[in-house]
Amino acid sequence: MKNGKLLVAPAIVWLIIFFAIPMLMVVAVSFATRTPYGQVIFKFTLGNYVRFLEPLYLKIFASTLVTAVVTTVFTFLMGYPVAYAIAKLPKKWQQPGLIVVMVPFWINFLIRSYAWVIILRSQGVVNTLLLKLGLIAKPLSLLYNDYAVTLGMIYALLPFMVLPIYVSIEQLDKRLLEAASDLGASPLVAFQKITLPLTMPGIAAGSILVFISSLGMFVVPDVMGGAKSALIGNLIQNQFLSARDWPFGSALSIVLAILALILIMLYYRVLQQQKGGQKHEEKLA
Amino acid sequence: MKKNWHSALLFSYALAVVAFLYLPLMILSLYSFNDSRINAVWTGFTLKWYASLSHNTRVLEALTNSLIIASISTTISTLLGTFTALALNRYQYKHKNFINGLVYLPILIPEIVMGLSLLVLFSQLGIALGKNTLILAHITFCISFVIITVGARLEGRRTDLEEAAGDLYATPFQTFRYITFPLILPGIIAGALIAFTLSIDDFIISFFVAGPNSTTLPLYIYAMVKRGISPEINALSTCLMCATVSLVVISQILQPSNFSNKKKH
Amino acid sequence: MEEMIRLENITKKFDDNIIIPKINLTIYDGEFVTLLGPSGCGKTTLLRMIAGLETPTSGKVYIDNEDVTALAPYKRNVNMVFQNYALFPHMTVRENIRFGLLMKKVPREEQDQRIDQVLYLTQLEKLQDRLPQQMSGGQQQRVAIARALVNNPKVLLLDEPLGALDYKLRKKMQLELKNLQHGLGLTFIYVTHDQEEALTMSDRVIIINAGRIEQDDAPNKLYNEPASTFVANFVGESNFFTEENNTTLVIRPEKINLRPEEVDETKLPEGQVPSKYFGTVVDLVFCGNIDKVYVRLDNNNQVVMTYQYFDDVKRWQIDDRVGIWWFDKDEVKVKA
Repeated sequence: MKNGKLLVAPAIVWLIIFFAIPMLMVVAVSFATRTPYGQVIFKFTLGNYVRFLEPLYLKIFASTLVTAVVTTVFTFLMGYPVAYAIAKLPKKWQQPGLIVVMVPFWINFLIRSYAWVIILRSQGVVNTLLLKLGLIAKPLSLLYNDYAVTLGMIYALLPFMVLPIYVSIEQLDKRLLEAASDLGASPLVAFQKITLPLTMPGIAAGSILVFISSLGMFVVPDVMGGAKSALIGNLIQNQFLSARDWPFGSALSIVLAILALILIMLYYRVLQQQKGGQKHEEKLA
Repeated sequence: MKKNWHSALLFSYALAVVAFLYLPLMILSLYSFNDSRINAVWTGFTLKWYASLSHNTRVLEALTNSLIIASISTTISTLLGTFTALALNRYQYKHKNFINGLVYLPILIPEIVMGLSLLVLFSQLGIALGKNTLILAHITFCISFVIITVGARLEGRRTDLEEAAGDLYATPFQTFRYITFPLILPGIIAGALIAFTLSIDDFIISFFVAGPNSTTLPLYIYAMVKRGISPEINALSTCLMCATVSLVVISQILQPSNFSNKKKH
Repeated sequence: MEEMIRLENITKKFDDNIIIPKINLTIYDGEFVTLLGPSGCGKTTLLRMIAGLETPTSGKVYIDNEDVTALAPYKRNVNMVFQNYALFPHMTVRENIRFGLLMKKVPREEQDQRIDQVLYLTQLEKLQDRLPQQMSGGQQQRVAIARALVNNPKVLLLDEPLGALDYKLRKKMQLELKNLQHGLGLTFIYVTHDQEEALTMSDRVIIINAGRIEQDDAPNKLYNEPASTFVANFVGESNFFTEENNTTLVIRPEKINLRPEEVDETKLPEGQVPSKYFGTVVDLVFCGNIDKVYVRLDNNNQVVMTYQYFDDVKRWQIDDRVGIWWFDKDEVKVKA
């Protein structure tokens, strides 16, 4: 059975070759230079990162962050009640309930964004309906702006928020709520003082998932935002395909990746602290 | 469950959100049966878009590609991932943190970064983009999911059953074959289904590593969407949705919590 | 009697915890031996070392005079009935029972024969095609026993098998197991923390405390001649009296007699002994078939417990003043 340990190897080797090494290559390319003809030559430069600090690009970065924050907030406002409702269903119905919510998650981002295009565009469902009802005279321009993009993101990432929160709520010891009730707390107060704080881990997990996913999105802005709305994702996509500026694109990706990693580490750190706090309490008890 | 206005409000809100999730998809499917080319106005029920879809060789080619790539990727990633999950569960490793990081990072890093990193790798190594690069890429992101899915199933692994088997004269291999493996099989299948779904559905990573002659279904849809609205896209999307939904539902049914609840006659 | 199991100078350490400092133990063919002790005393560890599921830190394990210390469980001819049964959830009762025979490559016909026999023995014939999850605790228990027995092991190891059953069922199963062991002439090694269970079923009880053997005797000897206060405390109920020269006396409650304080101790009936102490009845606890009578002694406020029976002529009340006496022969002197 000593050889069993080696079972780990194939997958790990694969991931090193096809994940770790490519990542390192991207880092390398981010410090490289681009020839006028779009070739990459390995002449060390910080220029790509410096370029990122130009107002144009910073604006895009800020815009991406704002979108991510808004998306996270809205998915939370919409997602928490759904998770809570599922957790309150009779045990038998909880798994099916979850599946119902998670199924859209599995459907291609592309298809889901496209569905909104059909609904929102000038000859789309909403406009046609409003025109027919005589509520408007000419079609509203609902698509191809920042709001549409945010809507698309919320739509795409909502299930990401629901699942971790559901897990958190489901693990909540119901007897704590009974104790609260026994001590005079109304359901609303019990929710605020017991449920909400204790489901923080789930909220945090869901928020991190949504936030990071939102940062890297380019499909939704591409399909629903058109040429006007540019987020970092589109910018990166652009550099690699049309503009053929791989070094710059790599630099942007690295910035994105580092941002994601920092957030994850923060989240992990907070999680450890919470766990440590719990252990400390257990020791005192 | 106390039935009061709290619950009613909660459930109404939740239902509204769920409706919000499904409405666009249902509208999309609905309009795949619309006779009109310019969607919004309903001019009549028809299956012609599905018909034209079945004659569309490019779609069929993309579909075939997607299926082939998904099948190969799923097989390899499930094998590698299952071995890894088993090993991680059974043995202690010195570099556990490194291994865990390596397994989780592909899921945590934005897909776009992973996609372009593979593009950089292939271009630097001089590997031409095509079906092969797609397969390599898909295996890469599927492995982590399989490891985590099977790993979760292994968490509930009952060492007492394995001890009992040993007590009943089963060699370690026999124990694995008769006891451990059958009990984790649902987890492996679930992992495989997830890998298959991820592969069929993948757009972002495929976007970067696909060659000119190797289109997958999602890539084809993207091209169509960019070109302009056509109900054929609706029809294609509807088909893809049905396939995805079926796979997901099957995969969920095979998840851990369901084995112990298995009711029989 | 032939030796069946021998544990020689066994020690066991988990990380830095010494579970078993050193134990020597011999079990003979055909015995029903129980390892009895509080949780964490090491009794289950000892059992698992015989099964091969734990390896001793040092020392040797012999089964039927063969040194099996280094042998894996699947190579030993003993079988275990696990505490939570460990029935294979994806196999029917029959398939569970068949498993050991399958592993040993017993011919198919013989497999079926032996399975049928053991199904009859454990009254599981009607349930043989069910899955474990579809059965009650008591039924699962019997499957676990059947699964082990069908292999004709030299020794059957039972790890607190009746813990999860309710009282009545437990009592019934205790009897069944005893009869089974006796009828088949097998060696049973039983682990439990329930002293009543141990005394009922065993030929011999080994009391283990913190990895050490406190006493190794037949049940009646353990009860009537406890070797230490630990044993006296653990097995049955006891009253302890410290003498002047620092020895401890153990008196069982049923050996203590009460008489009213007013009785003239000079005119006692034949055979009775003068009161050793006087006190007041402070509590009466109804226990179904008996009452427990608690008496607080005058001299040192010690509380002594004895029984009164439903058909006793004299029934005590709280606040009664009593004299306490017992026969000297019922005293047991123990070292602390």
